[in-house]
Amino acid sequence: MNRMSWFNAVSLTLGFAFLYIPMVILVIFSFNESKLVTVWAGFSTKWYGELLQNDAFLNAAWVTLKVAVFSSTLATVLGTIAAYVLVRGGRFMGRTLFSGMIYAPLVMPEVITGLSLLLLFIGIGLDRGVFTIVLAHTTFSMCYVSVVVSSRLVTFDRSLEEAALDLGCSASEAFRLVTLPIIAPAVISGWLLAFTLSLDDLVIASFTSGPSATTLPIKIFSAVRLGVSPEINALSTIMISIVTVGVITASLVTKHQVAKQKREEMEAVRS
Amino acid sequence: MNTSAFEPWNDPEAKPLIHFQNVTKRYGEFTAIDNLTIDIYEREFYALLGPSGCGKTTLMRMLAGFETPTEGTIHLAGQDIAPVPPNKRAVNMMFQSYALFPHLSVWENIAFGLKREKMPKHDIGDRVEEMLRLTRLEKFARRKPHQISGGQRQRVALARSLAKHPKLLLLDEPLGALDKKLRQETQFELMDIQEKTGTTFVIVTHDQEEAMTVASRVAVMDHGKIIQVATPDRIYETPNSVYVADFIGDVNLIEGTAKPNGSDVYAMSWHEGHAPLAVQSPNGFSDGQKCHLAIRPEKVSISADKPETADNAVQGKILDIAYLGNISTYHVELPTGAVIKAQAANTRRIARRAFTWEDTVWLSWTATAGVLLAE
Ligand SMILES: Nc1ncnc2c1ncn2[C@@H]1O[C@H](COP(=O)(O)OP(=O)(O)OP(=O)(O)O)[C@@H](O)[C@H]1O
Ligand SMILES: [Mg+2]
Repeated sequence: MNRMSWFNAVSLTLGFAFLYIPMVILVIFSFNESKLVTVWAGFSTKWYGELLQNDAFLNAAWVTLKVAVFSSTLATVLGTIAAYVLVRGGRFMGRTLFSGMIYAPLVMPEVITGLSLLLLFIGIGLDRGVFTIVLAHTTFSMCYVSVVVSSRLVTFDRSLEEAALDLGCSASEAFRLVTLPIIAPAVISGWLLAFTLSLDDLVIASFTSGPSATTLPIKIFSAVRLGVSPEINALSTIMISIVTVGVITASLVTKHQVAKQKREEMEAVRS
Repeated sequence: MNTSAFEPWNDPEAKPLIHFQNVTKRYGEFTAIDNLTIDIYEREFYALLGPSGCGKTTLMRMLAGFETPTEGTIHLAGQDIAPVPPNKRAVNMMFQSYALFPHLSVWENIAFGLKREKMPKHDIGDRVEEMLRLTRLEKFARRKPHQISGGQRQRVALARSLAKHPKLLLLDEPLGALDKKLRQETQFELMDIQEKTGTTFVIVTHDQEEAMTVASRVAVMDHGKIIQVATPDRIYETPNSVYVADFIGDVNLIEGTAKPNGSDVYAMSWHEGHAPLAVQSPNGFSDGQKCHLAIRPEKVSISADKPETADNAVQGKILDIAYLGNISTYHVELPTGAVIKAQAANTRRIARRAFTWEDTVWLSWTATAGVLLAE
């Protein structure tokens, strides 16, 4: 392998430092003995212990997770259907308008989306809570899913669906047995995108959450306004580790699958 | 030909399996199929021939149900098929692009249609094995489409469309990617299948030899129109137009004016200072009408001396010789500047060939060897 030039090495180091130093500092200070965030007073895990006693944080974490799972799943279903209809539905009245409209929320300022949802929920007398956050998150993450899925569908060879129909599938069978398995990677990345968007949304959630349910970002944000406590550092460290584990697992699984596929191919060739 | 020959198109009683009535298909301004009326009979092997973009695939897609005619109707077994969706038609199509399912193995691709029929599991297995054997794909059953070669993919597509034993099978260039030997074998397999199952085949091919070998009738298309439909030998021997004569096989075209000279016999004057050519032709021409004499190279004889009995003989100089192994094609330039191709079997070794470049030779043919065409 070529040795890296000093220029490349420096750029790489700087880039990664830029990305990761804030997080590293956060992780280090979560193990700080002192209550003062900026003064190091020795190693301790006591803030983690305290965090586990803090029901408000744990509750918020649980709500966040629930909201993320439900809203991303709902958004994936709706977004995939929308993408399918917009790409495949043939010509219908106002199709261009519809496809424009589905992308509009992407560029809409979140404050406006949040505010309008709030007005809607108040208007129809819906009590704000987990349900309303799920609805709100579904609304905006659905657009992202449909963008991801429709860009895959555009390149999808239509004759595959026709072949399925030709061999006796109904339209829904053709979608389930042929289209969906082939576009599955795009659908899954849409889901992951929606899930992450929901996890770290602050603005829309603060408009649509109520006293009965608060999400973690809201909780952290309001706690930080009273001063950064080491507890929050601990919580953030836990989140960082969960994400890290998630990413590593995902890449290991992918790698494993690729290897498995390779092996199968080899066997198929040999047999 | 014996009397019990298969020619339902000559039988006024016979009902066609497929009937196109004044079918037109437009894509926006562009007319892909232009006021087409054809009949295809049960158990036929109907070959569509024509240049790229003339509408062959479009015609098939209308039969399979992926396109609806802009005008006109299509009847399948006496029923208008316009309201029948593709999955309810007893028609299977082999796609020009193969359209194999990339996420399924070869085996599963072939079994796909059978599973939709709710066929018992072990029957599916048997049928798939049979199809794999037929297309020589046993070794590749577990591979995915991207792990096999182009020709193998084509065979999977063929096997998949054959598996359901449809009443009507549409094959869009089914054998183009196969080598000659495998292609011939598969052609015979197809004819065999048809013999056994009575399936009606509509096949698109760019290979004239293939059309000649397998087809009961050949339809020559151009710009969305059918120019001629006839049995392979009639298409070859008596094309109805210069276009068909030129499209099917090799042909010499000599332009001239007709002069009736008895019933069905014409003297065609073609160049001043040359004797008119004697032609016997069923197509009627009036005196002085412009016409073309179409004559196949293998029907033109080449000799060193002027043949005494030939109806037509012209002298020329050999310009070029194309050696094709079993035969040679001689390009002979006439004093008028026209070049006539003549074919002769290579009965001797190439070194002992009778003629060579620049030789002066005589070309001759009989009055019945060619046909007289209007345009
Ligand atoms: N969906 C479409 N929209 C517009 N034009 C089309 C469409 N499908 C086909 N055409 C046009 O219709 C004509 C006929 O196409 P078709 O695919 O039937 O040709 P073909 O005879 O099968 O050609 P080839 O031998 O190259 O396969 C072509 O000129 C093509 O450009
Ligand atoms: Mg085609």
